[in-house]
Amino acid sequence: MSTDAAVGLGEHKVVHDERVKERNRLQRLLIRPEMGALVGAVAIFILFSIIAGPFFEAASISTILYGSSTIGIMACAVAVLMIGGEFDLSSGVAVTFSSLAASMLAYNLHLNLWIGAALALVLALSVGFLNGYLVVKTKIPSFLITLGSLFMLSGINLAVTKLISGAVATKSVSDMAGWDSGQAVFASSFHVGSFDIRITVVWWLAFTLVATYVLFKTRIGNWIFAVGGDQDSARAVGVPVTKVKIGLFMFVGFAAWFVGMHLLFSFNTVQSGQGLGNEFLYIIAAVVGGCLLTGGYGTAVGAAIGAFIYGMTEKGIVYAGWNPDWFKFFLGAMLLFAVLANNAFRNYAAKR
Amino acid sequence: MTATVERPEHDAPSGGKVPLVELKHVGKSYGNIAALQDICLRVHAGEVTGILGDNGAGKSTLIKIISGLHQQTEGELLVDGEPTRFASPAEALEKGIATVYQNLAVVPLMPVWRNFFLGQELRKKSFPFSLDANGMRATTLTELAKMGIDLPDVDVPIGSLSGGQRQCVAIARAVFFGARVLILDEPTAALGVKQSGVVLKYVTAAKEAGFGVVFITHNPHHAHMVGDHFVLLNRGKQKLDCTYDDITLEHLTQEMAGGDELEALSHELRGNK
Repeated sequence: MSTDAAVGLGEHKVVHDERVKERNRLQRLLIRPEMGALVGAVAIFILFSIIAGPFFEAASISTILYGSSTIGIMACAVAVLMIGGEFDLSSGVAVTFSSLAASMLAYNLHLNLWIGAALALVLALSVGFLNGYLVVKTKIPSFLITLGSLFMLSGINLAVTKLISGAVATKSVSDMAGWDSGQAVFASSFHVGSFDIRITVVWWLAFTLVATYVLFKTRIGNWIFAVGGDQDSARAVGVPVTKVKIGLFMFVGFAAWFVGMHLLFSFNTVQSGQGLGNEFLYIIAAVVGGCLLTGGYGTAVGAAIGAFIYGMTEKGIVYAGWNPDWFKFFLGAMLLFAVLANNAFRNYAAKR
Repeated sequence: MTATVERPEHDAPSGGKVPLVELKHVGKSYGNIAALQDICLRVHAGEVTGILGDNGAGKSTLIKIISGLHQQTEGELLVDGEPTRFASPAEALEKGIATVYQNLAVVPLMPVWRNFFLGQELRKKSFPFSLDANGMRATTLTELAKMGIDLPDVDVPIGSLSGGQRQCVAIARAVFFGARVLILDEPTAALGVKQSGVVLKYVTAAKEAGFGVVFITHNPHHAHMVGDHFVLLNRGKQKLDCTYDDITLEHLTQEMAGGDELEALSHELRGNK
């Protein structure tokens, strides 16, 4: 694929634009999407370390990491979808949907929990596929399509659970085959020094690393940025836009299944009404981490930092002895501040 | 990518040689509307064919036929002398016919090098076959330098480049990925004087390198500066078909502006004063 012989344009003078200066390393670092979130995370960490006494203890940090991880796994998938230019409002209830499905399928059909989990995975991926397919084929904004699936799924969660178990929660499955191994994979913990690390923290890091690699080092990643940045241009140069978008929705479905399995193996019974509203937490984490709502810009690392900021604030307020009723106010204020700061950061760095 | 860019065999503006692309009495109707009628056109290697026309003259329809987006309803399209029908732009691309559209098909937020290789990314030869980012950066730099654009940093988002530079990146991309015939859809329409100059210089460079260039514009000045051959469209019909030697800029401008119609209009507006 060389053109050396072909294009004899070498003799034409290279025009150097003297108005364009090379960016230095520091500046390049500063305009990374997650930079603002990183500064924010450090600031919040220092703040709570000072004002909230137990914040800096090993047990607290373990708890914060755990809280961040369950949000972070989903935030990772939601961020990648957002980079691809779409939204998924049904992601919160999709988590509950997966764990309900796995639990009830295994319980009522007397299956090994792993088979229940596998069936639930098929369902979760199908929901993702359907979301993606409808968005791509109808060209209706994903906000509306997934708003529809949000309410449909939460209706299914409540109605089917009541229909099958006669209650709003599923039956206990802790005595069924596959429980122990499932718990080891999705809900165990181990010690590192005085830290009690939940396994979801490891999975959270794994999700973030894999997503980062895919986004920046593979052609699929290139395509994700392209379909989010300008879908028509991407199509014109041969990017399979439809497949990429449907794949992204299915990835969110996969992450929802993963967190759903954690819920199931960690709490044994699943409340059918939970999960509603969590989709906003994932979106907040992604946006705080520097993802643009309009697509084509952001990182998985940013979403992880966003989730960590969420975890720190959620627990930090408690450790500081403040009334936790204020948490949501802080969350909203932080989102606004993060969006403004990210914007200012980007503009400032781009102008220098 | 199997196609490689090779210098087309006939460099000189050719008389009697087989044109890269030829249209014979091509027409296109959309239902009962005849958008194009009886168009004859030849694109030779090493020549710029300027297609001029006002809005609605049928320029876009003509490009769409050559680039494989639409099929003609009458007449023949010949590539290298062989009658051809393109089912899709991909087939036209395989034959080396690349179109640079007005929107350029670039993703503004992505770095220049990622845009350059979008859809045709280079990957490393060994596991895990990740993107060969450095290779792509280097290629982008050299390809852009060849066309006279010096970017200190191909990692900047392409949206931060000037219009002319973006246009040149899009052309360089088409050339690099195997084009022999370049269809440029109004490349100077949105550009200032200096930026247009950059693009026009590159059009000449591409012509000298042996590419067949189809240059669509409604600016007769730009067309006359680089064109070897002019085709003027008006309301779907071919009004003028001549070479550079046959026509002066004044005449071309006059024809483009509507010729007799313009005189009549001028008379109507100013005649009584």
